Amino acid sequence: MPTSTRASRLTLRFGALGYLAALLAIPVAMVFYRTFEHGIGPAWEAVTTPPAQHAFWLTCTMVAIAVPLNTIFGIGIGIGLAIVRGRWRGKTLVSAIIDLSLAVSPVVVGLALILVYGNKGWIGSTFAEHGVRIIFSTPGMVLATIFVSLPFVVREVVPVLREIGVDQEEAASTLGASAAQTFWRITLPAIRWGVAYGVILTTARALGEFGAVAVVSGKIEGQTETMTLFVEQRFQAFDLTGAYAASVVLALLALVVIATMTLLDRRKEQ
Amino acid sequence: MAIDVRNVSKSFNGFQALEDVSLSVPDGSLTALLGPSGGGKSTLLRVIAGLEAPDSGEVLFSGEAVTKLPAQERGVGFVFQHYAAFKHMTVRDNIAFGLKIRKRPKAEVRARVDELLALVHLGGWADSYPAQLSGGQRQRMALARALAVQPRVLLLDEPFGALDATVRKELRDWLRRLHDEVHVRRSSSRTTRRRRSRSLSRWRSSTPGASSRPGRPTTSTSGPPTRSSWASSDRSAASGRHGFARTTSRCSRTTRTVRSRR
Repeated sequence: MPTSTRASRLTLRFGALGYLAALLAIPVAMVFYRTFEHGIGPAWEAVTTPPAQHAFWLTCTMVAIAVPLNTIFGIGIGIGLAIVRGRWRGKTLVSAIIDLSLAVSPVVVGLALILVYGNKGWIGSTFAEHGVRIIFSTPGMVLATIFVSLPFVVREVVPVLREIGVDQEEAASTLGASAAQTFWRITLPAIRWGVAYGVILTTARALGEFGAVAVVSGKIEGQTETMTLFVEQRFQAFDLTGAYAASVVLALLALVVIATMTLLDRRKEQ
Repeated sequence: MAIDVRNVSKSFNGFQALEDVSLSVPDGSLTALLGPSGGGKSTLLRVIAGLEAPDSGEVLFSGEAVTKLPAQERGVGFVFQHYAAFKHMTVRDNIAFGLKIRKRPKAEVRARVDELLALVHLGGWADSYPAQLSGGQRQRMALARALAVQPRVLLLDEPFGALDATVRKELRDWLRRLHDEVHVRRSSSRTTRRRRSRSLSRWRSSTPGASSRPGRPTTSTSGPPTRSSWASSDRSAASGRHGFARTTSRCSRTTRTVRSRR
């Protein structure tokens, strides 16, 4: 309806902006404001303490391990799952398990990991005998991070694979390409945008994960504390400057991720 | 190269696409498979190319069983109905793909691709992407890509099915001329070859079969030129309204029975 267009457009626009502002923009802006309220000095000090630095690098480690693994796994499973590539038994089950990591609360994920990998757990006890500690230590946190950031690459890649179908791959094989050559030269380039988005989402999730990591880490300061855990711990200790400053660091990391995504979007459109 | 299909059956989830199909495509011929949609033309071509494994029966190239050979080792050129263009590659890279896979020297690849670009009238489009081409241009690119590796057999699966009637007619005539061109060129080096080896195998059954085009010698690798067979499926040709199937049927060859079910 042309007459109502203008009004409804304005309502929609302000509605959406207001919603975003109330929920996201204003709170995040407040964090930045409170952090730098007394200048950059205290904030800088708060994020350069040894525990803060350790937390920062631990978070980076989580991302550095979880993202490549989930990317490789995601592409592999994605190719298996894309319906056009044949049917195999257990496909629905695999698909359901992947979605499970999104559907189940991270806390539950953490508790489940403790049950299996804890010192008295099913697999964990074997490791414990050899002196390898998984839970309350970095391996367990990596596991938790991988688990919660697992579906993103798969979910980005599967629709793209379904859309492109198998035509190009079949053409490549009639032209003499082996399965490996077809994958590297045809399939991977064709799904590269899906993979790129998946990697970005995985990174964002791995950076921000709190619940599952909190459960399996034991929150040992300077040892098993990631950035998110560090923020929480500072907050609980009434060190608001520390909490806000660490939050800003996390937010900046997220901004880098978002900027990368926007740049990719631009390049894709060209 | 002669293609022999012997008693091939293929079904998909209970749907019988091919039932005990036998067919002979003689060396150097151009054969068209005529038939309605769903008649099993594409499936037959895909079985010949190695893209589908038959449930039973055999495929022979020059008397040699290739049924177990994967598509990549059959030396079959395949032109897909929907082009199957490599979207992330330029036209030049698309055509060069098979040659690069074979690790041919760069200069040779370049020369061969230039030659093919001229042949399919895409000289000015070498650095464009498939998305920038029209349907007809894309199909010509796909043809050049298949010809680049000098296949022993060229299979065209409804090559013009996705194009509108005018373009289809144009391309078909053009392909005929291309075919003759290649033929003339090759036969000049082999005077003993039968100049006309066209055939039309028309299959009749409860639903009509498919038509195919006799092949032309397309290529020669090192040594004496080998002849390749071209086979194509084309639904509209079955109607006989376009001249293609008819004009190619200069001499009628053995008619084989194909039973196909819808």
